[in-house]
Amino acid sequence: MPARTLYEKIWDAHVVREEPGKPSLIYIDRHLVHEGTSPQAFSGLKSAGRKVRRPELTFAVMDHSVSTKNRALPLLDPDAVAQFDALARNCQECGINLFDMQSRNQGIVHVIGPELGITLPGTTIVCGDSHTSTHGALGALAFGIGTSEVEHVLATQCLTQFKSKTMQIDVQGRRPAGVTAKDIILAIIGKIGIGGGNGHVAEYTGEAVRSLSMEGRMTMCNMSIEGGARAGMVAPDETTFAYVEGKPFAPRGKEFQQAVEYWRSLATDSGAKYDTVVTLRAADLAPMVTWGTNPGMVTQVTSRVPDPSSFSDPVDRKAAESALVYMGLQPGTPIENISVDRVFIGSCTNSRLEDLRTAARVVSGKHVAKSLKQALVVPGSRVVKAAAEQEGLDKVFRDAGFEWRDAGCSMCIAMNDDVLPSGERSASTSNRNFEGRQGKGGRTHLVSPAMAAAAAIEGHFVDIRKWRGAEGVE
Amino acid sequence: MQPFTKHTGLVAPIDRVNVDTDQMVPKQFLKFLTREGYGRVLFYDWRYLPGEKPNPEFVLNFPRYKGASILLARANFGCGSSREHAPWAILDYGIRAILAPSYADIFYNNCFKNGILPVTLSSEQIDELFDRTQKNEGYRLTVCLEHQKVTDDKGLKYSFTIDPFRRDCLLKGLDDIGLTLVHESDIAAFEKKNLHVPAMNSPLDVKYHQS
Repeated sequence: MPARTLYEKIWDAHVVREEPGKPSLIYIDRHLVHEGTSPQAFSGLKSAGRKVRRPELTFAVMDHSVSTKNRALPLLDPDAVAQFDALARNCQECGINLFDMQSRNQGIVHVIGPELGITLPGTTIVCGDSHTSTHGALGALAFGIGTSEVEHVLATQCLTQFKSKTMQIDVQGRRPAGVTAKDIILAIIGKIGIGGGNGHVAEYTGEAVRSLSMEGRMTMCNMSIEGGARAGMVAPDETTFAYVEGKPFAPRGKEFQQAVEYWRSLATDSGAKYDTVVTLRAADLAPMVTWGTNPGMVTQVTSRVPDPSSFSDPVDRKAAESALVYMGLQPGTPIENISVDRVFIGSCTNSRLEDLRTAARVVSGKHVAKSLKQALVVPGSRVVKAAAEQEGLDKVFRDAGFEWRDAGCSMCIAMNDDVLPSGERSASTSNRNFEGRQGKGGRTHLVSPAMAAAAAIEGHFVDIRKWRGAEGVE
Repeated sequence: MQPFTKHTGLVAPIDRVNVDTDQMVPKQFLKFLTREGYGRVLFYDWRYLPGEKPNPEFVLNFPRYKGASILLARANFGCGSSREHAPWAILDYGIRAILAPSYADIFYNNCFKNGILPVTLSSEQIDELFDRTQKNEGYRLTVCLEHQKVTDDKGLKYSFTIDPFRRDCLLKGLDDIGLTLVHESDIAAFEKKNLHVPAMNSPLDVKYHQS
């Protein structure tokens, strides 16, 4: 057999049927469902008289519109209530396991999948959500799908797919202190552009990736879609196996050992060829801050807001001009001089225990700037929340002037009442700085948890590597 | 699904790269239970001023583009969120075909599930079409999927390529779940021999709440 990449091995293991000149039928091992993109799929299924083929491989959760305040209070948004009710009814009728907003295992779909061991190496995972790429951190093939495809998977447990091209993103050498997984992925998106990975599945390799924790790898894979790659992956290794072992749905005992043996065989063979190769040197990387209205509009914290006239392509120049108007920024402004109104630590990108620990170390014993209107910490899941509280992180954040919330998507997408008001500026650990993403007219700067925490304390961006409070930030 | 064979219509230009699906359908409209009725909210934040008054500066509100059914766009159209509400809104607004140099993968795929034809042309060809659309009020194009051609009445004729399977499904308006279910025996056979994925543990310590 010719040398194959990680992606090709998982693909080959899931082909149900292939015919020359046609897309393949591939099998889906895990289907994750949330309230936002599933109601039309269930109603389509019902009106066609079809059934859910494998309800036991389907897991549903309420995350996008849930309140992060008091769950005991009734919800005031009738549209959100209707969507929650529809999900509960659909799961009940079809026999699908649902983590509803009162479940102690509830959380953002891309946080709970790995956390519960639903996500396993070597599996295919889909969800009606573009950040499904997150699960690739465990060495799974995971990608976002539209609602029609959600219906297709519910009905058939398969998807009709064209094979993607492969892209190796090799981050060589050791990651400098203060440079996190978030900074690496933002630097990658800055380099390849937000359409650079279109048509590709990305595999992250290199010492700087290998040395990341599972949480860090999830942060990187999560934002693959922001570089256009529908899926991002990291080959499973000892870090992965140690993470998976003992997770609730993960195999146990002898089955686990057998699984590990198989998972070890998934790493890309030496000599396998990628269609595209991108290389970065970790030593060149620095903490990153976005200045524009897409994640590719990003620069190092020590840099300045670029001058649109410096862009040679007229289309890019125009995009930069309109981004700066929206963001209310002047060309040439040092990034560290940009002040923020609100800080959001959360989202499927950066809301796991490691993220919260890092942010807590930064703010411990300090207080958010007087100029700050709000500082939010929204754990990615109730399991993360409980673990953080066990360590006393909730107290650290509260003492520093942060609000400590319940789990959900929150201000990343602002479908609940956690909204960035028009004209205000956020430092956010989320994944998208699109116009209006966190609230109409809101101005988003994407950063790592450490950078967001430091911005909360100072009221403006600072270089975490040199900042007074950075002790212990790796 | 409505088939797409050949369509002639007024062209409206969205002269902006990287138009994301958050712009097409902002988050507050993701809470509905149906696939219909999203045309009103297409490009909501760009299209409307407070009180849902049409923003006269947004291109789709220009009187000359009223009734447009072909969207001319720039690179990486439809990036970001996987929300299928974006193509639902485009279709419900009355758009049947999109012309752009490139598309984001998920959005591109979602178009085909909804009877919308996303045509890929070169950047130079797209530039030329922007030029013609801006210079000629009432500029119309014909998009023929069967012959894979984009033409106007002044002699412009561009060919485009498209995957033959996608083309066939769109021409016939095929239901792809139906197509897959034809292969039920293959799926069942795969499930029997799929030994790669270990059996799921049944955890006792996980809490669902299902009424």
